[in-house]
Amino acid sequence: MGADRTLVFPNRPAIVSAASIAGPKEGQGPLGEKFDVVLEEDLLGQISWEMAESEMLRRTVELCCQKGGIAVANVQALLSGDLNNQIIASTFAARALGTPFLGLYGACSTFVEALILGAMLVDGGYRENAMAAACSHFCTAERQFRNPLELGTQRPPSAQWTATAAGAVLLARRDGAQVRVVNGTLGRVVDRKIRDANHMGAVMAPAVCDTICAHFAQTGTDAGDYDRVVTGDLGTIGRELLLELLRERGVDMPKEKLMDCGASLYYDWQDAHAGGSGAGCIAATTCARLLDEVREGAKQRLLLVGSGALLSWTSAQQGESIPGIAFAATLEGK
Amino acid sequence: METVWMFVKAFVVGGLICCVGQALLMHTGLTSARILVLFVVAGVVLTALGVYKPLVDFAGAGATVPLTGFGYSLAMGAMEAVHKYGFFGAFTGGIQNTAAGVAAAILFGLLNALIFKPRAKP
Amino acid sequence: MRNHAGDKSYDQLVKEKTPGSPKLRGYIRAFWVGGVICSIGQALNFWADALQLTVITSPMFTAMVLVFVGTTLTGFGVYDRIGKYAGAGSIVPITGFANSMAASAMEFRREGLVLGLGSRLFTVAGPVLAYGITASILVGIIYWIVGRVI
Repeated sequence: MGADRTLVFPNRPAIVSAASIAGPKEGQGPLGEKFDVVLEEDLLGQISWEMAESEMLRRTVELCCQKGGIAVANVQALLSGDLNNQIIASTFAARALGTPFLGLYGACSTFVEALILGAMLVDGGYRENAMAAACSHFCTAERQFRNPLELGTQRPPSAQWTATAAGAVLLARRDGAQVRVVNGTLGRVVDRKIRDANHMGAVMAPAVCDTICAHFAQTGTDAGDYDRVVTGDLGTIGRELLLELLRERGVDMPKEKLMDCGASLYYDWQDAHAGGSGAGCIAATTCARLLDEVREGAKQRLLLVGSGALLSWTSAQQGESIPGIAFAATLEGK
Repeated sequence: METVWMFVKAFVVGGLICCVGQALLMHTGLTSARILVLFVVAGVVLTALGVYKPLVDFAGAGATVPLTGFGYSLAMGAMEAVHKYGFFGAFTGGIQNTAAGVAAAILFGLLNALIFKPRAKP
Repeated sequence: MRNHAGDKSYDQLVKEKTPGSPKLRGYIRAFWVGGVICSIGQALNFWADALQLTVITSPMFTAMVLVFVGTTLTGFGVYDRIGKYAGAGSIVPITGFANSMAASAMEFRREGLVLGLGSRLFTVAGPVLAYGITASILVGIIYWIVGRVI
């Protein structure tokens, strides 16, 4: 299991506000009603998909500030990342926003990575507030990692659909009833030699298993202590693999307690194969749905596990396998 | 009747060649780019071995429209030019015999990209 | 250091849990769509024969027309739908080759006319031409040598 990698936040930073924006396809999915904004078209009036993704993130951060009642200029740290090379969606959004910026790359795990680091900044008193955010866009991911949009080819059943979505949360020390970040577990890079760029669930499941086991061991908890364990974007196949890996490790995880954001983002008729993926998937799902459920007391204690496939076009072309990573954070309602 | 029979042959042979590609797509997970390269080279080799020409004579467009047919044109061009002009025909024949298709693909591909924009999928 | 050793036990588990694509359906779709494209090609061949072209042969004429159709359907956003349905049925015919050129050129138009559109036009066409032409030159040379010896 290695060194202790769980951090406990004694001041229990609060999630003051959250915002989510999603694309048209995601808007037709099960969470359609819950997103703050559903985009009417994927380009947002921009000249490229990359700038559209960046604009989506910028709007999400602004909306989150608005809901949290602070000016954008008063955000003391923006922690954000995306899937683009050199995280350009985040850097260009940060350029427009002008806030202090910490750019992160954890692929689809970025949101939880940002949440943990943001909670550290606030909990340690280094920042009065911090914004954790992440985004992804189907069209930028396709052209960077896979094929041009108009190429006529088939996706295998294990392929996932990169969500066009962004989510942001504002963290601060606050009193009163809030959703709080209680602790976080850092991820390790885990690689079980998957080379198939169309099988992200298989890449990430071992990393998620590794982080969940470390988290349970180091916090002295088990699945019974949580109302729900939420994974980012393992998809339907990755979720099955995780259950099997946990079983092999002797960790009890009731099936109905494990929810996967990717597997819950689209309806079957939307033809997203194994489910949604992308850094925006868990970010938007958390902001649109999960935080409300914690706040309203439906699920009071939640383990949020973001996982990322650290896929690079360069290393994949050079024949390297795809490593995965996962971060976990505990959110509490009361 | 002869015409109808020709269409049937083109349909069946063309369909079967595509099924070979489909087998590669589903069982090996090869990308479409690799499948296309493989088919062109296979067409060249099969033509050199004397196997592909009879298939073209039999099935017409059923054998020339799949990308193996592009390989067939390349190899036939090279061999015919060698026959006519000697050694350096190997360098001119293939491209000459496929020039029309390649030039058309470059022109239409280029114009197409100037006119249209890619769209997000629903 | 590169480690090419697979993780056999995990590979096995992944294989077990991953559903295969419906095979028979895949073949039927590839067969009939590929067959239809080739039949259209045959009709074009007949048409070209009737036109009594002199500079180009009938199959060359057919290739040009099919390339035009492939790129245009790509531009209108139709070819990717056909490809999703038919798989290799629409990849393997020359229209698929045209689609691979057009799709990539369109996608990277934003990166400029030279290194975007111009170079990406050949993302798939480049290797196809490189290996196809090289193979044909080798075949020509071998044919020449064989002709000398015999």
